[in-house]
Amino acid sequence: MEKQKTTNKRHLRNDIILVAVLLLFAIACGIYLFFFRATGDAVKVTVNGKPYATYSLSENREVNIYTGNNKQLNRLIVKDGKAFIETATCPDKICAEHRAIFRDGESIVCLPNRVVVTVIKSDKTDAPDAVT
Amino acid sequence: MNNKIKTITFTGIFTALAIILAYVELLIPPLFPSLPGIKMGLPNIIIVFLLYRKDATSAIFVSLIRILLVTMLFSNAMAFLYSLAGAVLSLLIMILLRKLNLLSVVGVSIAGAVAHNIGQILMAMLLLDSSELGFYLIALVFSGIIAGVFVGLCGALLIKKFPSKLH
Repeated sequence: MEKQKTTNKRHLRNDIILVAVLLLFAIACGIYLFFFRATGDAVKVTVNGKPYATYSLSENREVNIYTGNNKQLNRLIVKDGKAFIETATCPDKICAEHRAIFRDGESIVCLPNRVVVTVIKSDKTDAPDAVT
Repeated sequence: MNNKIKTITFTGIFTALAIILAYVELLIPPLFPSLPGIKMGLPNIIIVFLLYRKDATSAIFVSLIRILLVTMLFSNAMAFLYSLAGAVLSLLIMILLRKLNLLSVVGVSIAGAVAHNIGQILMAMLLLDSSELGFYLIALVFSGIIAGVFVGLCGALLIKKFPSKLH
């Protein structure tokens, strides 16, 4: 009985250490992402893991991203240096609910249509419309 | 022979329970609709229970059969890959921690829940060829801890009600 008690105590202590380590990890990631990441200047769109296009964030634009034999659509809006998906034909509409992104490395992911929009820091913003 | 029948029966019963819990979870409206993947992970109650009151083999069987069947019933192939990646990593971590006997049931469940979420993120990185899912990871670590505590407490309660190992 006494032995069980000490084991329980040891377990509880280790549990707390585990949670603390996980929380510290998450907070560290958060601090890194929120404070040490500069604002990006362009968004890179990939479809199915392949590059689709890159658009500069410095000018407003609206782009329709067609996927899945042109049956699926994600409407990407760039406005005031931020990018967001306005509407999408995917079932869950998670990408459309995502807040606007502008920090380097931030992304909006549409899993059903396999569309990823990522903010990047590019040096060649002189060719914003280049479809790669 | 008798033993074999017993194993099949046990696996069947627990798989059915896990599927029902997965279905119940689907009925609960998502807390954060903009963050998919954040859920309680109720079927993990069964997996944790099996790890403590049966063995690792049955936990693996129930988990994998559960995912296969739930996918066929309610979901699609993409979700299957995410679930599978999460389940495999989560099972590995939980079996290891159970063997090491360092944590309580709740601790094992927390580690399993967080591992499940990390497994899904890794699969997403692989499938979408995007390594920029870092923001998501933070949310999933937090939700994993909360879900893990809840599932762990349920599992611990169940384990207490069945004081001896199932044979």
